[in-house]
Amino acid sequence: MSLLEAKNIGKRFGGVQALKDVSLSINSGEIYGLIGPNGAGKTTFFNVLTGLYPRDDGEVIFDGKPLELGSPHKVTQAGIARTFQNIRLFAHMTARENVMVGRHARTKVGVVGAVFRSRAQREEEAAIERRALELLHYVGIADRASGLAKNLSYGDQRRLEIARALATEPKLLALDEPAAGMNATETAGLRTLIEGLRRDGLTVLLIEHDVKLVMGLCDRVAVLDYGEKIAEDVPDAVRNNPKVIEAYLGTSTS
Amino acid sequence: MALFLAVTPFVVGAALGNAWLRVLDFALLYIMLALGLNIVVGFAGLLDLGYIAFYAVGAYTYALLASPHFGLHWPAWAILPIGALVAGIFGVLLGAPTLRLRGDYLAIVTLGFGEIIRIFMNNLNAPINITNGPKGIARIDPISIGGHSLSKSIDVFGITVPGLTLYYYLFLVLTVLIVIVGIRLQNSRIGRAWVAIREDEVAAKACGIDTRNVKLLAFAMGASFGGVAGGLFAGFQEFVSPESFGLMESIMVLCMVVLGGMGHIPGVILGGLLLAVLPEAFRHGAVPMQNWAFGKVLIDPENLRMLLFGLALILVMLYKPAGLWPEKQHRLEMRK
Repeated sequence: MSLLEAKNIGKRFGGVQALKDVSLSINSGEIYGLIGPNGAGKTTFFNVLTGLYPRDDGEVIFDGKPLELGSPHKVTQAGIARTFQNIRLFAHMTARENVMVGRHARTKVGVVGAVFRSRAQREEEAAIERRALELLHYVGIADRASGLAKNLSYGDQRRLEIARALATEPKLLALDEPAAGMNATETAGLRTLIEGLRRDGLTVLLIEHDVKLVMGLCDRVAVLDYGEKIAEDVPDAVRNNPKVIEAYLGTSTS
Repeated sequence: MALFLAVTPFVVGAALGNAWLRVLDFALLYIMLALGLNIVVGFAGLLDLGYIAFYAVGAYTYALLASPHFGLHWPAWAILPIGALVAGIFGVLLGAPTLRLRGDYLAIVTLGFGEIIRIFMNNLNAPINITNGPKGIARIDPISIGGHSLSKSIDVFGITVPGLTLYYYLFLVLTVLIVIVGIRLQNSRIGRAWVAIREDEVAAKACGIDTRNVKLLAFAMGASFGGVAGGLFAGFQEFVSPESFGLMESIMVLCMVVLGGMGHIPGVILGGLLLAVLPEAFRHGAVPMQNWAFGKVLIDPENLRMLLFGLALILVMLYKPAGLWPEKQHRLEMRK
């Protein structure tokens, strides 16, 4: 059963066609990889999907309903959470507070509740904090809960971003190059974490440069090149697809 | 602490006289303003250079509803919430068109907004006389509680409590209320959303925060605090005119927030207190000091005051860029 279906997504920046007719469907419970050479449009696709950029063409059906694109917070409320290629944490907040912000979409007490410290507000606050600590524990950085986000190590910042995304209770977690800049040990740890997410029933969309990680982890992989999807298959088939090889290595001229 | 705050006006009144009691009352008004601006600038990170406009809106709301100008004499307890509401609406009016702006661009627009409000106050005396123009509105009703006007002194157990002291207590109560509201907002889902927007707006959106509404809320809350302070100011002064609400005042309040420690409520209170009291101390101390040191007055005290004020700002920003009393986390990382 497909959780997300993107149909004929198109996006132009001035005269540049960044995405052209990209269609793909992600099944519930799978890890879906999106790869492609630099500038292929992977992150653009992400940004269109999560509402950061308005799209020019196409539509997205998520969980059986058309997704209102163009307003990121609604996409998050619909159940798609994301991380960013260049980590975007709330640098001067603690790790715990970062994850607590992630609970915003699933909580509702407003100004009046906050000012009068209503019973509902106090209970909700306690629940937010409890959940934040659980998630920090889940991604393995519970001991850094009170540290400022900016003072965490690079690998821990990546983990914190995932914890914050998980706090929004997503059905689909979209990770934009989570292994970028990581050393081998950190990458291995990340892989264990993502496998755990799948075991816990989450669907994952993964953009990644680390081909080994993608091939080892993903159930299916799509390849973008110059804004167009050139392949979509199980990892082994994609690896041997001549169009993919051409996109990455170029054609022989002799 | 409570006892200290309660006896302060008597000590100040006895030792330094009524002029200083007045300074103290104004200091509390400024602290309220600084706390309101702190929500917009300190928490949500939206640089507002026209904040005094909301003070003006609150003050004129009070002036129009409790003065012979329109012949209305509503009680203060009814006007102050109205003033807060009207200022809050103006806050949203300022916020709505500036949602996409940040930093210096936002600063310029808010600066213009502040001036527009002041110019309206200045010119709304024709064709229909609403604000009485540059002459301002005089003979405003003083604030009265339980039928007793706070402008008159009162005898309690044989001790005469002057009106300035009564105002002090009223302002103190409202300042404490504003502090409580501020702290509770800061430690709430809404407060976290404000800080998240300040830290990274894109990431805040990705966390499911409707940044449009949350920013408007920051403008509205900050403005309503200013509206309350403005209403109190009008009742206290019994006179308002546009010249009380110039750009310099906006900058002064912003300085209080920045100097004290942006986003940190105790710091902002300290900043408000210092900047409200120190310039007065310079003003009063400059002439005798110069007479004592040089035998004559070399520098006009008014000029000296601004000179020292500027110097103090530069020194603080050089050596304590996060403010005099910043948040603990902030302090830790500034040291690194």
